[in-house]
Amino acid sequence: MTDLTRLTIAEVRDKLAARDFTATELTESYLGAIRSGNKALNAFIAVTGDIAREQAKASDAKIAAGEARPLEGIPLGIKDLYATKGVHTQACSHILDGFRPEYESTVTQNLFDDGAVMLGKLNMDEFAMGSSNETSFYGNVVNPWRRNGTETALVPGGSSGGSASAVAAHLCAAATASDTGGSIRQPAALTGTVGIKPTYGRCSRWGMVAFASSLDQAGPIGRTVRDNAILLKSMASVDAKDTTCVDAPVPNYEDFIGKSIKGMKIGIPKEYHMDGMPEVIDKLWQQGIAWLKDAGAEIAEISLPHTRYALPAYYIVAPAEASSNLARYDGVRYGLRVPGNDIVEMYENTRAAGFGDEVKRRVMIGTYVLSAGYYDAYYLKAQKVRTLIRQDFDNAWADGVDAILTPTTPNAAFAPGEITDPVTMYLNDVFTVTANMAGVPGMSIPAGLNKDGLPLGLQLIGKPFDEGTLFRIGEVIEKAAGRFEPSATWWSE
Amino acid sequence: MSVDLSTVKRVAGLARIRVDDAQAEKMTGELNTILGFVEQLNEVNVDGVEPMTSVVETTMKKRADGQSDGGYADKIVSNAPVHEDNFFTVPKVVE
Repeated sequence: MTDLTRLTIAEVRDKLAARDFTATELTESYLGAIRSGNKALNAFIAVTGDIAREQAKASDAKIAAGEARPLEGIPLGIKDLYATKGVHTQACSHILDGFRPEYESTVTQNLFDDGAVMLGKLNMDEFAMGSSNETSFYGNVVNPWRRNGTETALVPGGSSGGSASAVAAHLCAAATASDTGGSIRQPAALTGTVGIKPTYGRCSRWGMVAFASSLDQAGPIGRTVRDNAILLKSMASVDAKDTTCVDAPVPNYEDFIGKSIKGMKIGIPKEYHMDGMPEVIDKLWQQGIAWLKDAGAEIAEISLPHTRYALPAYYIVAPAEASSNLARYDGVRYGLRVPGNDIVEMYENTRAAGFGDEVKRRVMIGTYVLSAGYYDAYYLKAQKVRTLIRQDFDNAWADGVDAILTPTTPNAAFAPGEITDPVTMYLNDVFTVTANMAGVPGMSIPAGLNKDGLPLGLQLIGKPFDEGTLFRIGEVIEKAAGRFEPSATWWSE
Repeated sequence: MSVDLSTVKRVAGLARIRVDDAQAEKMTGELNTILGFVEQLNEVNVDGVEPMTSVVETTMKKRADGQSDGGYADKIVSNAPVHEDNFFTVPKVVE
């Protein structure tokens, strides 16, 4: 039998319907891939084999009864920040030690209601704070990609590093991820996978461990544009439990795939030409422009003048919101408690032991910028800059631009420990963070390899709630670029 | 703006994170690097610009003012490190 883990979700859907194999066989294939590959990659931090087998069995019954649901029998990995009832949910932090939610997040419930199978929980940067998956309490995730001819471990990006690595290495068919400043798109770019951060409000945040509530958004990482469309259709919903989740029906995103992009206007923002940007990134971008032109799109240079201020504004807004969201981890209601002589000492000891360095840094920055006398100078100012960033995008849409094409990241995957300065690490999100600040959707599509044979991504940014257009254009890029897979499965024992 | 060691210790107190002198020293440098980075925002003229309150134009939805959930105190305390009779237990706070 062919290796079932090589199939896309769309292919699996057809083959399960045709009874070529069973959901149970498919799930066993993936559990086998995890058994042989996860030791080297550290992508899964908890494997839920019993749940997966039970769900696969239920899927086989549904298929046999002719009642297959949209994701029937599809084995997924779930990022550790989604609350999964009775299952490890710690956002890869020590402070949530032993936490087993009594409830299910809306996104995972939606996936299960549509027939998906959960293989386990995926590694990530602690509380989604990081761009290399080096801040997880559960250790680094390793990228299945290596530089040509070397065995040096590389990071998969972050914060959804476990999701990206597992998808790229075929340890799951696709994964849930989340994106606050680039945490879906940057790891997707660094692992040759596809990821979309939908419009803020498209997916419910209920049951997702909160980092920065005005920026956090759920989304998938998968191996193809179509697989992303299939996943997002199920993840997104209307939800009374999240007041920021919009009351708008979810389109069938697959319907947009294969439609011509002839006559569409694609904006190329000149401010994304950064000083010192590697030539290969610029070449990739030019290649992307050429592909879209060939497909009949009109290319227009546009200006998003406040682009360079998005990252500094983000590093005020996100830590400020994080410091407030993470105040709940105090050793009282869940997770770790480190005793002290009085309650304040207990709080301080618990948070000192439970949070990693990057989380502490951001909580400290957030506490400082919100502290008496500094609120106007930092937080209020950043929120005003954010208005200007959104206006830049609004002006582009008003000029008839349908979508914007940029590189996803300024570099390919790097080695763990290679970037130690926090600000240099933050620059990994320089092209992705604008979409979070403006609340608009962004998608990363693998588009080429650098001279070391490492994947690079192109990013499409769309109008609010116009994810359909991103799938439509994304598939054109995917078709032109081809798909990218690591040349050897070295991680498999 | 930059922070000194005593400010870092004060902020750590506000954030309820215990830091020793060596950690506070290290953090001072790191926080100043980040604060230096965000200084760029001073170049932006924001006169007359409204601060963003929501990225999506929306009126916050409201539910009916009634009880919609509840009645499971045991589940709520089930993850607490220390709990007793459906109460969270903490070190003594009142003498």
